[in-house]
Amino acid sequence: MGQTLTEKLVARACGQTTVTPGDLVTCKVDLAMMHDSGGPRRVKPMLERLGARVWDPDRVVVITDHYVPATDDDSRQIVATARDWVQTAGIRRFHDGIGICHVVLAEQGHLRPGLFAVGGDSHSPTGGAFGCYMFGIGATEMLGVLVTGEIWLRVPQTIRLDWRGQLTHGLSAKDMMLAMCARLGMDGGRYQSIEYAGEAVRALGMQERMTLSNMAAELGAQAGIIEADATTRAFLAAAGLTDVDIDPWRGDADAVPAEHHAFDADSLAPHAAAPHSPANSAPIGDHGKVDIDVAYIGACTGAKLVDLRMAAEVLRGRRIAAGMRLLVGPATAQDEAQARHEGTLGALLDAGAELLPNACGACAGYGAWRFEAGTRVIASTARNFKGRMGSSSAEIWLGSPYTVAAAAVTGALTDPRLLLDRAPGLTDRGN
Amino acid sequence: MGKAWVFESSIDTDMLAPGPYMKFGIDEIARHCLEAVDPGFASQVQPGDVVIGPRNFGLGSSREQAPAALRHLGVAAVLAPSFSGLFYRNAINVGQLVLECPEAASIRTGDDIEVDATNGLVRNNTTGAVIGCAPVPPHLLTMINAGGLLPWLEQRIARGELQTR
Repeated sequence: MGQTLTEKLVARACGQTTVTPGDLVTCKVDLAMMHDSGGPRRVKPMLERLGARVWDPDRVVVITDHYVPATDDDSRQIVATARDWVQTAGIRRFHDGIGICHVVLAEQGHLRPGLFAVGGDSHSPTGGAFGCYMFGIGATEMLGVLVTGEIWLRVPQTIRLDWRGQLTHGLSAKDMMLAMCARLGMDGGRYQSIEYAGEAVRALGMQERMTLSNMAAELGAQAGIIEADATTRAFLAAAGLTDVDIDPWRGDADAVPAEHHAFDADSLAPHAAAPHSPANSAPIGDHGKVDIDVAYIGACTGAKLVDLRMAAEVLRGRRIAAGMRLLVGPATAQDEAQARHEGTLGALLDAGAELLPNACGACAGYGAWRFEAGTRVIASTARNFKGRMGSSSAEIWLGSPYTVAAAAVTGALTDPRLLLDRAPGLTDRGN
Repeated sequence: MGKAWVFESSIDTDMLAPGPYMKFGIDEIARHCLEAVDPGFASQVQPGDVVIGPRNFGLGSSREQAPAALRHLGVAAVLAPSFSGLFYRNAINVGQLVLECPEAASIRTGDDIEVDATNGLVRNNTTGAVIGCAPVPPHLLTMINAGGLLPWLEQRIARGELQTR
């Protein structure tokens, strides 16, 4: 029997020719990514206590995004610690204040098919969109990686989520994801490895594939992988990686996943998740009338260039509803610059959007932007736990960037297809 | 032996270690642990008490302050039918005992609970019931007994098993 892509990635990293799900293995880490919150400020004192140094500074990437921009002395100190520590630790791959770690990591060319990578953040499965095995770990486990260059793993089973058909206009990866959360639940991934596959997945650009891999976290999976193809190769070439070999990183045709679930893209309707769980997702029409106060296009999940373009498609030539706030925090400075250059950002600002920094913003719930008691928000972000983004009486709904933009225009949960009269295909969004 | 604190609704990392306090140390974070669901928990929980929750306990973020806050408050064990994988790893790494107990829901708040991690047994001294739990894999029990990954690495370095460059 052949091996799944998951098994090939893990086998390579643990130095075996094959692996069996359930076995305990020790893997060598090719790339370790940290941000300002779980990174230097936490690992620095522990490394000092051990008298240890980073095993290989060239395999470490540090990106500031959680406490950016710093708003008080505590957060300034956290970011300052990151800046100082990368100097003393000899880490050259440091990206300071240019965007959210999972999106920057790909944009700056740090990911490539075949890597075994860890990140100090729960949305680290995002890297799986590039045919990597990447997963999130906590700060102490990161310390272990920094000291030893290794991490233990129970070889995961492969859960194949297969999307047949093609998304129709006004639908996106986020709708696919919310539909999967509804069907499988937030522990459907069982901390195993999801492989997204099928015609509808292959038709997505890299940034939408990243949305799928990113929210493998919301399915409770350890990783969320997509096989690399010509689309991957083109994205990586644009990021400066021209020597990428994708051929070894495909699952064998006769490999049998532990679980297989089929989904139909042709018939998918726009989805929204009711408070306080992504698993409370249903087609928008099933939710009834829901008035909305704030629309938020943000975070690694929902504010990449492709997401801004979706929102702009709805908002171009329109104004947001009276009394509505529309917050837009582009995921990276590079995405924001491109959006500005091509008129996407202009369409959002003309509609009445307020521009937030290229950082985690309200999604992390760490400070500066928190939603007030009684506010009803719809967000393109990943999770809507009670109290995460503000008061525990704030209600957070989740939707695609199209859906968030449509709510901004009407002041209520709205099927975005009602506001999209043109019919460009997926290719219109690019990326 | 400790008192059971039973939580019936989903428990995520953001409830265990709320975002606004994440910029502070574990002392301050622990003071706000679970306040969204039980404002009295952090001030009333006693060392040796046991936290019982529903399935997928600790879902959400990678912040290890979630299990670290429980350990800081002296929680002897967390029992749930299942844990978020990331929370489970973090719990072991910070030295917080967690046990998968399919029958955890049979325990009531205030029950007197005794946990035998080595044999995967939970004794409810209030009802006399004994509940079986999935035993913690030996390599992880070693780490918990050492106090977590940091002291475990310290011991390995002291024994010369690990080079620190």
